[in-house]
Amino acid sequence: MSDPMDTIRAGFFEECGELMEVLEAGLLALQDGTSDADTIASIFRAVHSVKGGAGAFDMASLVAFAHDFETLLDGVRSGTVAQSPALVATLLRAADRLSDLIELSRDGREPTDDFDELAAHLRDLETASPPVGDFTPVALDFGLDPDPEPEPAEQAAAASDAPQDMLTWQIAFRPHSELFSSGNEPLFLFRALAVLGRIAVSIDDSALPNLANLDPDLASLAWRITLIPSANDLTETEIEAIFEFAEDLCDITLECAMAPASVAPAWPDAQLPTTTAPPAAAPPPPASPAKPVPPAGSVTPPPAAKTIRVDLDRVDRLVNLVGELVISQSMLARSISLAGHDGQSDIMDGLDGLQQLTRDIQDSVMSIRAQPVKSLFQRMTRIVREAAQATGKEVRLEVVGEGTEIDKTVVERLADPLTHMIRNAIDHGLESPAERLAAGKPQTGIVRLSAAQQSDRVVIEVTDDGRGIDRGRVLARAVARGLVEPDTRLETHEIDRLLFRPGFSTNDEVSQLSGRGVGLDVVQKAIRDLNGVVSIASEDGIGCSMSASLPLTLAILDGMVVTAANQRMVIPLSAIVETQTLASAKIRNLGPGRNVAALQGVFVPMVDLAQGMGFPPTQNTRDDDRAILFLRPGEAAAYALQVDAIDSQGQVVIKGLADAFGRVPCVSAATILGDGQVALIVDPTSLAEAAGLARAPRPATHLEIVA
Amino acid sequence: MKVLAIDDSRTIRDMVKLALSREGIEIELAEDGHHGLEVLETLDPRPDAILTDVNMPRLDGFGFINKVRENPIYAGIPILVLTTESAKAMKQRARAAGATGWIVKPFDPARLVGALRTVTGL
Repeated sequence: MSDPMDTIRAGFFEECGELMEVLEAGLLALQDGTSDADTIASIFRAVHSVKGGAGAFDMASLVAFAHDFETLLDGVRSGTVAQSPALVATLLRAADRLSDLIELSRDGREPTDDFDELAAHLRDLETASPPVGDFTPVALDFGLDPDPEPEPAEQAAAASDAPQDMLTWQIAFRPHSELFSSGNEPLFLFRALAVLGRIAVSIDDSALPNLANLDPDLASLAWRITLIPSANDLTETEIEAIFEFAEDLCDITLECAMAPASVAPAWPDAQLPTTTAPPAAAPPPPASPAKPVPPAGSVTPPPAAKTIRVDLDRVDRLVNLVGELVISQSMLARSISLAGHDGQSDIMDGLDGLQQLTRDIQDSVMSIRAQPVKSLFQRMTRIVREAAQATGKEVRLEVVGEGTEIDKTVVERLADPLTHMIRNAIDHGLESPAERLAAGKPQTGIVRLSAAQQSDRVVIEVTDDGRGIDRGRVLARAVARGLVEPDTRLETHEIDRLLFRPGFSTNDEVSQLSGRGVGLDVVQKAIRDLNGVVSIASEDGIGCSMSASLPLTLAILDGMVVTAANQRMVIPLSAIVETQTLASAKIRNLGPGRNVAALQGVFVPMVDLAQGMGFPPTQNTRDDDRAILFLRPGEAAAYALQVDAIDSQGQVVIKGLADAFGRVPCVSAATILGDGQVALIVDPTSLAEAAGLARAPRPATHLEIVA
Repeated sequence: MKVLAIDDSRTIRDMVKLALSREGIEIELAEDGHHGLEVLETLDPRPDAILTDVNMPRLDGFGFINKVRENPIYAGIPILVLTTESAKAMKQRARAAGATGWIVKPFDPARLVGALRTVTGL
């Protein structure tokens, strides 16, 4: 079994992530001037909780920094530190630093850079208010169970073997009334004392008034306790520790004396529990626990969010099983239809019900994995801040649709490509403040990050109001890099696509920020790995917009099942623009193996699916069935896909192949069809590339239809 | 012994739970003062002691203690405050709110259990 502390440690870092989100969101509200006392309190608590947890794990540098940060925030909270834009900037920096320290602590590393200056700055800002309190991290060792406390009986036995001269303690204890109202109980204190040795307790009731004058809320009793410690080295501190919580709530004196054994008091052993009669001022005895009553004056608070934490593996197992259910259901449907039942029979009604239910279960299960993009978007605020600082540009980030939900894995794997897209927008898209002013634009550039659900996909978009893509420069660079032939005529969107070609970099000098030798091809690859597509749009002087369209889930795909070379394959519905029968399609031949087909008045290149996938050509399909699917995989130009037949359309369960086969060209995954057969899911983008379409666009694509 | 522990930090809740359950102490958890009051109402018999954090959303630890102390049913329950501050001022505020005692975070599991045993006599 794993160490429970490891689990808690992992939980702590998970919690830190959530706390950092609260912190970021709060600081941004502070920056926008939309903060209130609750916001500041939540910011303070976030840092406070990080410190609290970190202290328990002895993460000294994290604790120290969090402490300085917290102290400053406490000043902000109490109003002793004035709010200003400069302060907010410092707080944001501190949040970034805190985030870094959390990551370092998670990896068990110590910071190598020196941020003492920031910590000192935090302290300087705070000087107006007194320190929050001492905080010394203490490493805890849960592994070592403390020795069970010895039973008083054993202690007594030990005491009887004590040397002749015994150290005795005389304790005079007179509780104040407040001791009882604070929930402390003298009897329990005496029991704790009895653990240290043998005790004799005598009660002093001389101050007790007669019953007629007794005020039950006042304390009138005092006790004298004689303690013979079982260990001779018992210190005053140990005794005081027992009365720690009674401090200020009682008069207490401790006297230590060496007493010969003979003078030791006689031990009326039964005395302890009985002589400590309930003190006159004891709180009302606990009522019978039969029926708890709500605390007085408690208003019914809004219910706390009812959530449970579930291991991701369990959810994935459920997702997998639902996939199998979908497959079984479609296999059942097929068997029933093969058995000759028509659309009116009871069994078909039942099947319809099952189908509906299956779909509902599937949606519900998928929604468990769904997560709002909010956390992802919040992380981007830091990226924007850092990029703005590195480039000397002024940037404001606008966020739209952060409540949009998408599969957890997609959210996690979007962080890198999204970071790159944002850096790219700031580095290459936005102009410097001076250039912007010269162009008649506001000095501060805007980067807009948005998410929106569009049917079964989520579109994440990064838009800037910068200069737009300099297409002349892009084309010149592409030619210089040998990516396109000189004098090639390209449509603007084709020029824009060049940005996604591997090795393309628009900056002549590698940019510190988004350069680093990687281009947008990395973004494209990451998005494609998530079954997504990237597209880009730009307008000169107005700005540029890059968007990633992603499936809601990585488990289910809406697809069209087609046949080619006697193989059934699935084409993602999201890529299909239009379907036509081969017979009705307008096709032109441009030479051997180079056909084009007309889509909405424009000829697009044609690819034979069987050929494209590398299957041997077959001719045993009836011509009437042959069809053409017009595909536009979002990021690539449209093309036509010739298939032998279109079988059906519907949802298929995605079964990854990467674990068993690695990356297979033209194939994104596989699925199991209703008849139990395996079918490959075609990746339309890589199919186009394999067919040579994504290379330099051909003049053929620009032929206007003449007929 | 049954203890109600209230802290908005999951990490601290987890650690308290670990420390107490190892000692065979039954534990109920709540995430803030309001939640603590809700949970408290459902506990039958009432807990032998309550541990509460100070800084929490919705209803903080001191507010929680005030509410508990207002109700005669719960007025006698020992309540320990879990706090990162060890300054005298904090103890006075805890005292004023009606706390029985305090445990300074990061807490030593043995001391926490010892303090609970002292205040409950269990």
